[in-house]
Amino acid sequence: MTAPSRPFEPTNGVISWIDRRLPIFTVLHGALVAYPTPRNLNYWWSFGSLAGFMLVIQIVTGIVLVMHYTPHSLMAFESVEHIMRDVNYGWLLRYIHANGASFFFIVVYIHIFRGLYYGSYKGPRELLWMLGLVIFLLMMATAFMGYVLPWGQMSFWGATVITNLFGALPLIGEPLVELLWGGFSVDNPTLNRFFSLHYLLPFVIVGVVIMHIWTLHIPGSNNPLGIDVKGSQDQIDFHPYHTVKDVFMLSVLLLVFFAFVFYAPNFMGHPDNYIPANPMATPEHIVPEWYFLPFYAILRSVPDLIIMDAKLAGVLAMGASILLLFALPWLDRSPVRSGTFRPVMKWLYWVLLVDVVILGVVGAKVPDDTAFSIGSLGVTWLTVGQITTLYYFAYFLVALPLLSKFEKTAPLPESISEAVLAKNA
Amino acid sequence: MKKTLYTFAALAMFAVAGTAHAAGNTIEQPAPPAGGWQHDGIFGTFDKVAAQRGLQVYREVCATCHGLKFVSFRTLSDLGFSEAEIKAIAKEYTFMAEPDDEGEVLERTGLPFDYFPSPYANEKAAAAMNNGAAPPDLSLMTKARVGGPDYLYSLLTAYRDPTEADLAALAAANIELGDTTYFNPIMGGNQLAMAPPLDDGLVEYAEGQPEATLEQMAHDVTVFLTWAAEPKMEERKEMGRNVMAFLVIFCGIMFFAYRRIAKRILGH
Ligand code: HEC
Ligand code: HEM
Repeated sequence: MTAPSRPFEPTNGVISWIDRRLPIFTVLHGALVAYPTPRNLNYWWSFGSLAGFMLVIQIVTGIVLVMHYTPHSLMAFESVEHIMRDVNYGWLLRYIHANGASFFFIVVYIHIFRGLYYGSYKGPRELLWMLGLVIFLLMMATAFMGYVLPWGQMSFWGATVITNLFGALPLIGEPLVELLWGGFSVDNPTLNRFFSLHYLLPFVIVGVVIMHIWTLHIPGSNNPLGIDVKGSQDQIDFHPYHTVKDVFMLSVLLLVFFAFVFYAPNFMGHPDNYIPANPMATPEHIVPEWYFLPFYAILRSVPDLIIMDAKLAGVLAMGASILLLFALPWLDRSPVRSGTFRPVMKWLYWVLLVDVVILGVVGAKVPDDTAFSIGSLGVTWLTVGQITTLYYFAYFLVALPLLSKFEKTAPLPESISEAVLAKNA
Repeated sequence: MKKTLYTFAALAMFAVAGTAHAAGNTIEQPAPPAGGWQHDGIFGTFDKVAAQRGLQVYREVCATCHGLKFVSFRTLSDLGFSEAEIKAIAKEYTFMAEPDDEGEVLERTGLPFDYFPSPYANEKAAAAMNNGAAPPDLSLMTKARVGGPDYLYSLLTAYRDPTEADLAALAAANIELGDTTYFNPIMGGNQLAMAPPLDDGLVEYAEGQPEATLEQMAHDVTVFLTWAAEPKMEERKEMGRNVMAFLVIFCGIMFFAYRRIAKRILGH
């Protein structure tokens, strides 16, 4: 298990006085300075801090946007244009917030796939993993409702399509959709409640993030070898090594992020959202934001089943694709955490990554269009989506449970410090 | 490193997938004018003289049917118009005044803080006078279509009588041309209710300006409308250059700081 962290010994009298009464500095010191981390963490371990940073960016820009935004169906679009044209640096705030949501998802997707490869979801970190998934679900809700706020065509029709999905659920479906809408279609009451929740949920996320980090600090960080820390020779303090490394990674992230904000601010958006919402005119193709596309593809891949129609089956499959991740610590029972020592799982993992990317592409396509042809046989996007959906589920529900039993894993190193020494010898 | 590359390739594909949408049954794809756009690229700036001519095209041609409701007269100073010129332009439009002390609502002439009005009383009236298709507001047009400025320029210059090949392509896609619509290979569905709005020499440009050919006018009005949709573009790109320069240097410094600390703490 982890070695105990250095105690906090303040030299400043005021800090010491406060800390004895409210040990907040002890907590911060334990989390940001003396938190003992495995000495072999690679760059992928920076993405947790980066996700936290993106959350702060979203909250800060969001709060300032609210000062100029009007949550009313007749004025929302105009108020966003007011922000873009009349508010000092309003265009910057909005472009940071809109692209910030995309980059938040990019960072979090990397963070999740890091965990999938290195087995970070396994004991004793099951609850840590599950709290991460709660954050992910809350992010999806927040981003979806945020996208409705500018009240453009995609805002309106995306909201209509996605909320309608809940209507497929038996019994609760219809009342649930009416509750979401605040009426009988997406309209001003919908915008109002989405605005309220869009302001609330990020702060709920902050709360869950605190619990996420709390559960992290009990067992300490996992590492690329996936083996437990054996003693202090395996560890270093968080500061200064990780603080400086994370700031370096942050500056790289910001470089890419601001390249989009300043030079391609609308690249990740949809042109239709610059057309004011019009309930009488349906856009030709309604597509959700890019970060939902893999799940949207799963939704549309499921055909009519004997026991239920395609719509309900699709909604359930989409829900299951995320919910099954909560069961992952018990689906994958291999004692070896890191993919580095799992010759079969490693390859299936890389296929999964490509699979999810393809699902994302499929989500943006028209299902009946031809994806590619083999000879004279055209393969539709629907078929591609079905195969990739099957693989997605098979990876978690079939491959991992079987591999837990049958995979011959490579021998693990004795300890982290030994492995590091051997590598640098 | 290899894994890093893979991941970035994957992210790029995600991003492309998110923005790739079919243009929908079009015979031709949008393309920029021969000389390209001065506002393209990291150092791109608006061609202000062209935008001024574009304003003339808008006011003399497009404004008959299209509004520009997010563009305020005062912001024309961006394009190099003087205060007096802006007042003169605003004055040509009339607006409803606030009710006076007797509660009567009178008309007044426009002032710099007013916005380009819509030529129609409402959406229904606009549609009724244009064969059922209301002319959309043009304030955000270059951001509201796939292809942006290229789309607008191509749309305006692509009108033609359908050729044999066009008719064959339309037939293959099961598209019938309507009686009140005009063939245009750029528009989704290959037709729209707007008659070709421009024609060589339709507008008379001032002395010393290029000849008002169809292409020249399409170019100019597109530059003007690109500015109208994103008036802060120049400010954005300039700030971007400073931010990027700072971040490149900051990244370098942080990388060296990180390597030094790694050497000291990890020994490698
Ligand atoms: C006589 C009226 C009229 C004039 C003048 C006119 N338009 Fe239009 N315009 C229309 C109508 C009507 C539509 C709607 C067409 C449709 O949806 O089928 C339209 C649509 C458009 C569209 C949208 C096409 C799309 O992708 O949906 C653009 C862009 C446009 N006009 C630009 C212009 C420009 C630029 C000018 C001036 C050079 C201009 N129009 C002059 C009537 C006009
Ligand atoms: C988890 C963090 C957040 C995410 C992922 C997120 C996401 C989004 C998205 C995708 C949009 C649409 C952007 C666009 O296309 O214009 C949006 C808009 C908006 N958000 Fe957020 N947001 C977050 C936090 C917040 C917070 C904390 C606030 C307020 C306190 C806020 C206020 C707003 C406002 C006012 C808009 C409408 C203005 C606009 O469209 O630009 N957001 N948000």
